[in-house]
Amino acid sequence: MAGVGGGNDFQWCFSQVKGAIDEDVAEADIISTVEFNYSGELLATGDKGGRVVIFQREQESKNRSLSRGEYNVYSTFQSHEPEFDYLKSLEIEEKINKIRWLPQQNAAHFLLSTNDKTIKLWKISERDKRAEGYNLKDEDGRLRDPFRITSLRVPVLMPMDLMVEASPRRIFANAHTYHINSISVNSDYQTYLSADDLRINLWHLEITDRSFNIVDIKPANMEELTEVITAAECHPHQCNVFVYSSSKGTIRLCDMRAAALCDRHSKFFEEPEDPSSRSFFSEIISSISDVKFSHSGRYMMTRDYLSVKVWDLNMENRPVETYQVHEYLRSKLCSLYENDCIFDKFECCWNGSDSAIMTGSYNNFFRMFDRNTRRDITLEASRENSKPRAMLKPRKVCTGGKRKKDEISVDSLDFNKKILHTAWHPKENVIAVAATNNLYIFQDKMN
Amino acid sequence: MQDTVVSPEKAEEAKLKARYPHLGVRPGGSDLLRKRLTKGQKYFDSGDYNMAKAKMKNKQLPTAAAEKTEITGDHIPTPQDLPQRKQSLVASKLAV
Repeated sequence: MAGVGGGNDFQWCFSQVKGAIDEDVAEADIISTVEFNYSGELLATGDKGGRVVIFQREQESKNRSLSRGEYNVYSTFQSHEPEFDYLKSLEIEEKINKIRWLPQQNAAHFLLSTNDKTIKLWKISERDKRAEGYNLKDEDGRLRDPFRITSLRVPVLMPMDLMVEASPRRIFANAHTYHINSISVNSDYQTYLSADDLRINLWHLEITDRSFNIVDIKPANMEELTEVITAAECHPHQCNVFVYSSSKGTIRLCDMRAAALCDRHSKFFEEPEDPSSRSFFSEIISSISDVKFSHSGRYMMTRDYLSVKVWDLNMENRPVETYQVHEYLRSKLCSLYENDCIFDKFECCWNGSDSAIMTGSYNNFFRMFDRNTRRDITLEASRENSKPRAMLKPRKVCTGGKRKKDEISVDSLDFNKKILHTAWHPKENVIAVAATNNLYIFQDKMN
Repeated sequence: MQDTVVSPEKAEEAKLKARYPHLGVRPGGSDLLRKRLTKGQKYFDSGDYNMAKAKMKNKQLPTAAAEKTEITGDHIPTPQDLPQRKQSLVASKLAV
């Protein structure tokens, strides 16, 4: 059966699923972000309970072909705690909104994790040796009487069971009045940006008591507020360029060389709208929930409620590609507005070679689009199809009329099973899909 | 008989207007955005919160008889109404 992902027919197979099976999902267990690191060796998840879990890929070995590069728990820690801002009577959720890895520069791994208000830099390091044979203390740590010591010895490093430690190295706090929706590490590997609903700040990774405000769209009179910032990202190669998307479906590209305050964009991306088709829902469904540069840096992808669009940075007046994620929902907008689903923020991601894109939908469905062949596929993350290396069957939503066997009708879709967060391994065809409180990992059969 | 000229979106809009006739003309405007910006606001101000907390200590409250109704603008929430903000000491189930 034909798959998607770069020319050849790839077959997506179930690899692993993490998380509890029981139907009763605790709010804290809901996964809120998923991110591979630069090599794909590590996979991090954040949840509503403020916890981070990092998985590490097992080294492939010839004799243990069963665990073909499986991801197992490497480290887990509590990143953020719930807080209460007494001054503003504001509850600050511990939910991890985003995790972004730093490129690896030494033996340790670093990542940034953020909730609504505070960004933290975490260092994850391994310890597999410890010193033994101290002179002044014995093996239990008790101090020895120095007068009883008659000879000196040099402590030796002995191997010990691997211990992975996570420690917060920097806390970047008190810089955001509104809720942080994005963080993005700059290609200079020294700075990063953080964006909330109305402002974007630029930080230096070493400095926590100061940050530069580079975008401020707060109007003098809040009554005049018409749009908010929904996502922001640094360009993958040009450290002076970043983009931010808005609730009105527009994207602004800014150049930090042009001015200290990038309120005036360098490029403005907006698809012209047919005014006759405008409805009550138009603006809401055009709100961009995610923006991601391609690895090449030539394109960027935006996700709005019903579609994914690929933009060429050289063309501002319309996207070069548009993919419908679940167009059948257009005739359900009324109920989706009533149950708030219309405000769900779906993310999107590129594969390593930028030839395919992936995004989530409802009923635990997720969609993949091959940019070259223009083929698309709908797959499902489900425990029912979780036998090791079981091939995923394409799913189809029936939009009306006769429902074929194996198709599911729009009215039968479970809108509580939403896949908002997905991630694609930077080099291989391995994907991580967060389905509420479960993390699914799928691999291409040929991997 | 379906009016094929009306787009599905416009049909949905008509449905919504029929159910909520007083819905504003500009949904993407200030109301919606302001709701988004003030997410998390539980009390009118910190004095309100502290007074509510103090009242809890003094009064003998009836055991949670009230249903878990949503905290709306009309209802002044009390610490009792809020879900338990216990810090997560439990490890993530993904790490099992």
